[in-house]
Amino acid sequence: MKKLEVFDPAMCCSTGVCGVEVDPLLVQFAADLQWVAEHEVSVKRYNLSQEPQAFASNPDVVKEMEAGMDRLPILVVDGHIVSTGMYPSRPQLAQKLGIALSTAEKPQIKVAAASCNPKSGCCS
Amino acid sequence: MTLPSARTRHLFFTGKGGVGKTSLSCATGLALSEAGKRVLIVSTDPASNLDEVLGVSLGSRPTAVPDAPGLFALNIDPEASAREYRERMVAPYRGILPPAAITSMEEQFSGACTVEIAAFDEFSKLLGQPQATAEFDYVVFDTAPTGHTLRLLTLPSAWSEFIASSDTGASCLGPLAGLEKQKALYAATVDHLCDPASTAVILVSRPDASALREAERTRAELVELGVSNLHLAINGLFSTELADDPIANAMMKRGNAALAAMPDALRTLPLTMTPFLPLGTVGLAALWQMVHLDSVAGPTKVDEATTPLPGSLTALVDDIAKAGHGVIMAMGKGGVGKTTVAAAIAVALATRGFPVQLSTTDPAAHLSEAVGETIAQLRVSRIDPAAEIAQYTAEVLAKAGSNLDSSGRAMLEEDLRSPCTEEIAVFRAFARAVDAGKEGFVVLDTAPTGHTILLLDAAESYHREVLRTQGDMPEAVRSLLPRLRDAEYTKVLIVTLPEATPVHEAERLQNDLARAKIKPYGWVINQSLLASGTRNPTLAQRGHYEIPFIRRVADGLSSRCALIPWLPVPPIGAKGLRQLSE
Repeated sequence: MKKLEVFDPAMCCSTGVCGVEVDPLLVQFAADLQWVAEHEVSVKRYNLSQEPQAFASNPDVVKEMEAGMDRLPILVVDGHIVSTGMYPSRPQLAQKLGIALSTAEKPQIKVAAASCNPKSGCCS
Repeated sequence: MTLPSARTRHLFFTGKGGVGKTSLSCATGLALSEAGKRVLIVSTDPASNLDEVLGVSLGSRPTAVPDAPGLFALNIDPEASAREYRERMVAPYRGILPPAAITSMEEQFSGACTVEIAAFDEFSKLLGQPQATAEFDYVVFDTAPTGHTLRLLTLPSAWSEFIASSDTGASCLGPLAGLEKQKALYAATVDHLCDPASTAVILVSRPDASALREAERTRAELVELGVSNLHLAINGLFSTELADDPIANAMMKRGNAALAAMPDALRTLPLTMTPFLPLGTVGLAALWQMVHLDSVAGPTKVDEATTPLPGSLTALVDDIAKAGHGVIMAMGKGGVGKTTVAAAIAVALATRGFPVQLSTTDPAAHLSEAVGETIAQLRVSRIDPAAEIAQYTAEVLAKAGSNLDSSGRAMLEEDLRSPCTEEIAVFRAFARAVDAGKEGFVVLDTAPTGHTILLLDAAESYHREVLRTQGDMPEAVRSLLPRLRDAEYTKVLIVTLPEATPVHEAERLQNDLARAKIKPYGWVINQSLLASGTRNPTLAQRGHYEIPFIRRVADGLSSRCALIPWLPVPPIGAKGLRQLSE
């Protein structure tokens, strides 16, 4: 079973609704993680303000943070950093984790990809 | 006339700001300690004046009150609790995580939710853990102004429900990570609150229609929460045998009328009354009088007041009117008459032909009553938390929820049930109201001091957040703090009463504002008995006590000051309000 760990920046909640303005990207990502978890991947999500211990005990993550806080969020698959500074889309997650997309899921992906802000880096 | 007679181990005093919760709870505690009991008085009010009332400096541990054997007190300062909590969470990672990470953690722990939750956490420790207060026979809680009290009291069941229903583990429980561990403690807190053998709640009110209505609102909400051991205490009932003074007659008549019209459900509660005392209620000597009411001496003859009094509200309104638009915010502790002053200014500006929007964030809004008749040019609106939450939730779901599958949507809905949502929803409404000051006048009657400061504080952290965010921030939110700091755009009026505690509180408010780089435009001293022209000996003696406080505000604290006398005709409706600026 693959293991995905997400190291989030300090935030109030994982969907980001507690911020000034809700970020659809965060909401979508939270939903995508649930989808990932349904595909035999164990998902752990750490928030810097709530579980700093997880950050402190991962030297690779600390190193990235030292390079700049904008490296968060950091995604780690089976101990290896696979992405920094962005929330990947569902197809990107699928690719990184080797999840095959069903045809039923494909139209939904298009909608999700179209919804992200080009400046956010999620489509890059 | 007596002090409240409830004798459960835990006593809560609640009521609208300024009704005398602190005085009554301290006098009750003093009476119990005189009977040989060990008593702990606790304040959870962010703007507590327990120190002043007891004449002793307090901290977060029980401190013995000098000259009152058996009487102890402590002050829960929610901001200090939040700081301690923040430090406890962050300190272990200094030197381990990069400094930028530490800063961002600290920032996350600086929000309003952290303060609120940290305060509640302290409060549950006292109520939910018997060993915390085992050495005391009685624990008396002098709780915060009503809105805040209710939040504290409703939180336990809200949180219990929230924790129980949180099955994804991804929900927003705010910055309090260890909350799950507190579940048992919070449950114990709820049990104690609802157990009539353990806890009594004393609703404190003045003999005043709006304070009594507030007490009834609180009663209904507490009953709904399962709190059944409720008592009513009427504080400051004025009576006189001399019928020759219009002010005294009006005060007595108004008090009696308010009591006669008391909501029926309140009548069913055990009732105690304490009289209007000509002296202040600060210091152990004054408390002693409240305990030994039968030995209170009659009023002493006072000399004619010779102090020069500040001008009326008219001059202030003239000044404000010059700008032609902008935001006027009436700020101050609950019960000082912010609503009345805000409404009077709004009416005066509208009467001069300016378009005015009068807007309130006061959860105990009684504005619609304050401006009973319609005035052309004047619009009254209320920032209703429930409505704002509903609107915000709908907006978020429409914007972010449309792409989600059912489980993603369920998770989002769960996060939207968090207590932070209200704070944010109300904040956005506040920003909108301030934004409307571009066009005409907006007069805001803000919520009680503590909450207002939290709002401004939130404005500050929002502002920082905004500078980082590239997202589609509403323009109203983006420009809020610069506008609040712009003295041309926003005029802050500090409202106070000519008494020790309100002036002291207002001074603290002014200092808090200074830290947020906001300078008040002026001060308004409300309900002055000295300026009322009363000849009644009791009221005149009380009026005489106002002089040093009026001087302090007029000569030291304010750059502009207006004084409103105690009015025999109540300032209700457009006509009643016009007296204030004519």
